[in-house]
Amino acid sequence: MGVWNFRSGTLAMSGSPQDLGAQLDRRDLAWFVDKAVQALVFLGGVSAIVFILGIFVFITKEGFGFIAGRFDIVEFFGSTRWRPTSEQPTYGALALIVGTASVTGLAMLVAVPFSLGAAIYIGEFAQGRTREVLKILVELLAAIPSVVWGFIGLSIMNPLIIRLFDVPVGLNVLNSGFILGLMAAPIMTTIAEDSLKAVPDTYREAAEALGATRWQVIRRVVIPAARNGLVAAVLLGVGRGFGETMAVLMASGHSINLPTSVFDSVRALTATIAAELGETAVGSEHYRALFTLGIFLFVVTFIINLTADLVIRGIRKK
Amino acid sequence: MVRPENGAGPVKLAVKDLAIHYGPKSALAGVSLDVREHEIFGIIGPANSGKTSFLRALNRMDLHTTGMRVEGSIHLDGRDVRKWRNVYALRRQIGVVFPLPVGLPLSVYDNVALSPRLRGIKNKADLDVVVERCLTRAALWDEVKDRLDSLGSLLSGGQQQRLTIARALSQDPKLLLLDEFSIAVDPVTTMRIEDILRTLKDEITIILVTNLVQQARRLADRTAFFLSGEFVEVGETEDLFTGAVRDPRTRAYVEGRFG
Amino acid sequence: MFEATELNRKNQKTERLWRLLFLMMTVLLILPVLIILGVLIYHGGPMITIDFLFTEPTNGMTAGGILPALVGTVWLVAVALLVSVPIGIAAALYLSEYAADNWLTRSINLAIINLAGVPSIVHALFGVGAFVLFFRFGTSILAASLTLAIMTLPVVIVATRESLQAVPHAFREACWNMGASRWQTIRHVVLPNSVSGILTGVILEVSRTAGETAPIMFTGAAFFLPFLPQSVFDQTMAMSLHLFVISTQVPGVPENLPFGVALVLISMVLAMNALSIAFRMVLRGRKKW
Repeated sequence: MGVWNFRSGTLAMSGSPQDLGAQLDRRDLAWFVDKAVQALVFLGGVSAIVFILGIFVFITKEGFGFIAGRFDIVEFFGSTRWRPTSEQPTYGALALIVGTASVTGLAMLVAVPFSLGAAIYIGEFAQGRTREVLKILVELLAAIPSVVWGFIGLSIMNPLIIRLFDVPVGLNVLNSGFILGLMAAPIMTTIAEDSLKAVPDTYREAAEALGATRWQVIRRVVIPAARNGLVAAVLLGVGRGFGETMAVLMASGHSINLPTSVFDSVRALTATIAAELGETAVGSEHYRALFTLGIFLFVVTFIINLTADLVIRGIRKK
Repeated sequence: MVRPENGAGPVKLAVKDLAIHYGPKSALAGVSLDVREHEIFGIIGPANSGKTSFLRALNRMDLHTTGMRVEGSIHLDGRDVRKWRNVYALRRQIGVVFPLPVGLPLSVYDNVALSPRLRGIKNKADLDVVVERCLTRAALWDEVKDRLDSLGSLLSGGQQQRLTIARALSQDPKLLLLDEFSIAVDPVTTMRIEDILRTLKDEITIILVTNLVQQARRLADRTAFFLSGEFVEVGETEDLFTGAVRDPRTRAYVEGRFG
Repeated sequence: MFEATELNRKNQKTERLWRLLFLMMTVLLILPVLIILGVLIYHGGPMITIDFLFTEPTNGMTAGGILPALVGTVWLVAVALLVSVPIGIAAALYLSEYAADNWLTRSINLAIINLAGVPSIVHALFGVGAFVLFFRFGTSILAASLTLAIMTLPVVIVATRESLQAVPHAFREACWNMGASRWQTIRHVVLPNSVSGILTGVILEVSRTAGETAPIMFTGAAFFLPFLPQSVFDQTMAMSLHLFVISTQVPGVPENLPFGVALVLISMVLAMNALSIAFRMVLRGRKKW
């Protein structure tokens, strides 16, 4: 056989090469183990798809009874009356949608410039240790749990807003938008910085060789080249804000309202589910309506994530 | 078996009408050649001639390369390599040395002992023998025998390349493929490796892909010339250099007029 | 030497200005974390005593400690990890080592992005629909942990995939060329060199899981349950929900109590993050190739 003769270290061959090949070409243990592992990890990979489909299937299963029955698209998107517990329940989600939109909008107003600015500073200006420390701090910012953010809105921001602006209630669009902005900022900063980093250094060097200053290079070369990544960063930030639950529940005031100023309290889609699901009976109309809100949230965030993914993929193609 | 008159052994590797594509792009076409047992078979040609693709087809690395397609037939010891049911067993018979040395991030000892271990050899004494012998044959033993525990990936380039050879030998290969092994190696190491190859030739059939025409001349018994994905011709190495070749492009290349 | 021209000087000035602006933005973004931590420590610090950590809440949660919530969070995280770590590592191995670049792989990647992007409250609804009702686990640690596991799966997958891909491809090629199977290559060369990176991801997941509130609200976490869970089919208190409850649902809670709870929760989470960062730094310092 063609195996090492260990004592002498020479090959001890026997038989014609053809026979030998045939003998060696066996599916041995290693071959079967490899196939088994491949099947196993394949299941792991596919599980992600199973889970995301599962989420859709199960929330649709619970919410379907409402969509097929009581659901009225004009009322849902056109009315501000979310009164699921009254004698004649109405399910107008407009105020909730506007609530979510106003909080997310304010959050983006705060977070987008600051995140992109921070990304540019960390990615293009900061060096060595400073850069490391800043990145770590951004990471820690991302780690703070949303319930803690909500608590901060409730116990720190709330009295602060009342005192600063002389308003009766500090739980409002301003409070929750600010909190949400801080929550969405780290993910936007990280992704934006990644996309700046993905711009090849040769671009920068070429522009610098022409005598451009650092800022000119960033503005004229780096940012245009990283544009898609920056857009994706903003999109994912929007998705994050849109889906945030606990912080918005605790800091927005949770009252159904079409806001006219940032000092008005609002109620978000996510917060509505969180606040009301515990009080509904399984299978009731109210319960199914809340799942319908969930389906709406799922679909919107899915579209946002899909778009962000396509935008990012756009860069890779180039 | 019939022995060809130049003293080389019977046919070890028979390639017929081999063509390689990456997606729609052709990388190599029309290769028909025989490699005989106990010879060093050289393959020369400028960059992008399909030399590396040729080697990858021999040990079925096309399975690990997206878009790579192989047509034609490759017979090793009379068996079509593409009909092997256990491709890992096939690859164990073929040692490969890369252009850039690859010391695995394991200890020097484990680098060489990995292949025997994968085959189920666990006895420390047996492994010791293999490791020492392979490192000796690769002319590396004296330099590393006192630090077999240090990381193979942190050795110098020349040492890593000899470690790669020792690792290939630990497979107990029937066929050794070298892909431009001297690209990242100093001239002294190159010479040492060339010496090793000359002694290995008695036991192993060697295919030497090189971008150095003179290296092929120093080492190879017969040499094939690939050019831009085309198999130009194959012949006794000396014939390529003394002008007894049919194709004018071969002559232009070996004389350094392009490439 | 060239004299600096007028234009040159102007350029340098704008350059400094922009640099300063971006620095300010970065600082303003980060400053709140430090202020928040300061305030939490200021108000919550005095609360934290051995008694606080190791006794049960009393007086309708207006006094006493947080033991059941602490223990509950440990249960929830542990069970969630038992599920998500193996699945996540398997998924990452598939994507990094086996998957070809085809529609299935793209779908898996899209699914992962969406698992991370779907609102936590939607995960909660899924948990209710699937684990509490359909699989009849009831509101229990099991249902809550499974919900958490699926929600945080992307954390493990992404971290693991990144550390697998940090191992140079040439090592894999070398092993395959030696006749090692894919799995042998992974086991002998890829995993030993990425296991610490994977661990970093797992620690990060602990931090994420411990802080989540919405997914456990309706699946297994209870407002008040003054004893410790005995099995995965019990309900449990949890730190995150406890903070929500005492700061919004319970009247008459002394002002510093929720600060104490928040401080403990954030300390757990940040300690985990710090550990994972420290781990990563050590790794980066240790060059193996």
